[in-house]
Amino acid sequence: MDGRDKPDHDNPDTKRESGNAGMLSYFIRRVLATIPVIGMVAFFVFSLLYLTPGDPAAVIAGDIATNEDIERIRNKLGLDQPFLTRFGTWAWGVLQGDLGISIFTNLPVTQLIGQRIEPTLSLALCTLIVSVLVAVPLGVIGAWKVGKFVDRLVMLFSVLGFSIPVFVFAYILIYVFAIQLDWLPVQGYVPFREGFWLWLRQLILPSIALGTIYIALIARITRATMLDVLAQDYVRTAHAKGLAPNAVLMQHALKNAAVPIVTIIGIGIALLISGVVVTESVFAIPGIGRLTVDAILRRDYPVIQGVILLFSVLYVVVNLLVDLSYRLFDPRIQY
Amino acid sequence: MAVTTDSLDSAAPASRSPTWTRIKDALRRHPTAIIGAVVLVLLILMAALAPFLWTVDPQAISPARRLRHPSETYWFGTDMLGRDVYSRVVYGARVSLTVGIFVALFATLIGLFLGLVTGYLRWLDGIIMRIMDGLMSIPGVLLAIALMALTKASLENVIIAITVTEVPRVVRLIRSLVLTLREQPYVEAAIAAGTRTPKILIRHILPNTVAPLLVQATYICASAMLTEAILSFLGAGTPPNIPSWGNIMAEGRSLFQIATYLIFFPGIFLSLAVLSVNMLGDGLRDALDPRLARNM
Repeated sequence: MDGRDKPDHDNPDTKRESGNAGMLSYFIRRVLATIPVIGMVAFFVFSLLYLTPGDPAAVIAGDIATNEDIERIRNKLGLDQPFLTRFGTWAWGVLQGDLGISIFTNLPVTQLIGQRIEPTLSLALCTLIVSVLVAVPLGVIGAWKVGKFVDRLVMLFSVLGFSIPVFVFAYILIYVFAIQLDWLPVQGYVPFREGFWLWLRQLILPSIALGTIYIALIARITRATMLDVLAQDYVRTAHAKGLAPNAVLMQHALKNAAVPIVTIIGIGIALLISGVVVTESVFAIPGIGRLTVDAILRRDYPVIQGVILLFSVLYVVVNLLVDLSYRLFDPRIQY
Repeated sequence: MAVTTDSLDSAAPASRSPTWTRIKDALRRHPTAIIGAVVLVLLILMAALAPFLWTVDPQAISPARRLRHPSETYWFGTDMLGRDVYSRVVYGARVSLTVGIFVALFATLIGLFLGLVTGYLRWLDGIIMRIMDGLMSIPGVLLAIALMALTKASLENVIIAITVTEVPRVVRLIRSLVLTLREQPYVEAAIAAGTRTPKILIRHILPNTVAPLLVQATYICASAMLTEAILSFLGAGTPPNIPSWGNIMAEGRSLFQIATYLIFFPGIFLSLAVLSVNMLGDGLRDALDPRLARNM
């Protein structure tokens, strides 16, 4: 640790060493920092049920439940025990991969999620790929031709993308491409094992619908970041030394804009998750989003808790990975 | 912001008039913001004057004229219960705008309070920010539908549920502003002069949060209208006896192939409402936050 006390620039070796040690400790600190956040989420998700006024068992059972139904649910949720004991039992189960039993189907929540994970993952991955492939070039073009017609078009698209609700756009797509033109299926999902093309065909419209707001977000941030970078001295130098505009744009500018772009892709996952719930409902895709909506309409609380916890942990982990990946995109970053 | 003057007393009021000049300037420079404002005013008028816009009772059922396509008598057609879709869409503006405006109001007020407190009183910061981090880790729409699943479907509960999802972002914004502002010389001077904390917050910090807060409020309004529509569309929003745009679309879902207008008319109005608020917000941001405005 002695090396740390010296100014770094005196000795390049010390700098590298302390950089790596700093990185490792940053990684560990960053990973540890997610634990309280996830714990807080788990606590919220668990206590949601008890924030409601009245008897949670009666709330879950609904308006037409008999007293036996309410009693059955009360036993199942262990409502006769103190709150913290219940939370402890639940959290301990979650740590061991047990999310409880669905009230409606009597199946373990993990099993229900397992059955539904493929369609959701397929949809999310397709959307992610399509969005990044469309949004980053859009943002770069917008920044490159700033103020010109193309740029205004990109900005207009971005505002529209933020404003048109995902399900309205989804129905427009269905109306045009499935009903009028009959190019693509209206609804449904085909598992991957039944053929790549059949699988992909079903996912095209949902991915575009779900991706619109995400594309709008990424394009906007890409454009803003690129504008910042393009105003830097080294970009002017690159132009001055006669580098082709394309080379300046891709090698000098985009590389240096990578960190904010990757960050917004991570943060935007929240939009994607919220959108999945809606998109799966519109396109009748039997994924986790559908599971969520069905569980909410049936007030199947163990399922709701499990799914929300899963999505939130996913969101936190994705953003952790984004944080940890900064060094890949920008080697200058010292932790 | 314009607060650069050395006089502590004139610091706060000085920020007001340049703000308004800047808003007016920016509106002139941003025609889209004006379009947004005009459309928004028209929609508000439509909501307020709904009974006088050639509408009929939006809940009046008439089985004899079910699923009529748009025509001269039924401008937007009728739904599967024979209700007039035009009247329902016009009245639906009331729900969307109410939700948007009230969520924006409550979320900014609660967020402002918590943000000022956490930014200034460091011992509370850790606790409140951990709670906000936790809330922000749950995707907004999911949190809102989970809250709705537990309460009775009502307009008030929709507003509360969406407000809960929007507050953390405001707290973050205000807290980061306060953290910068409290290091400013005029705040340090006020502390040195023995000004008490509440007075510093109200006189010196609060006026500087107004502009960013106003911009944030418009975005929250747009986002809340979208979330309300999504909740209603999924069956976890406003109760079915209130004609909201989300509800009309939810009822049109199963009939989409034979009655596309049940989705498209409310969808167009919803998009228009959100678009106008977003355009107004972009214009306000350009006007009030020159640092951000340059690029976005």
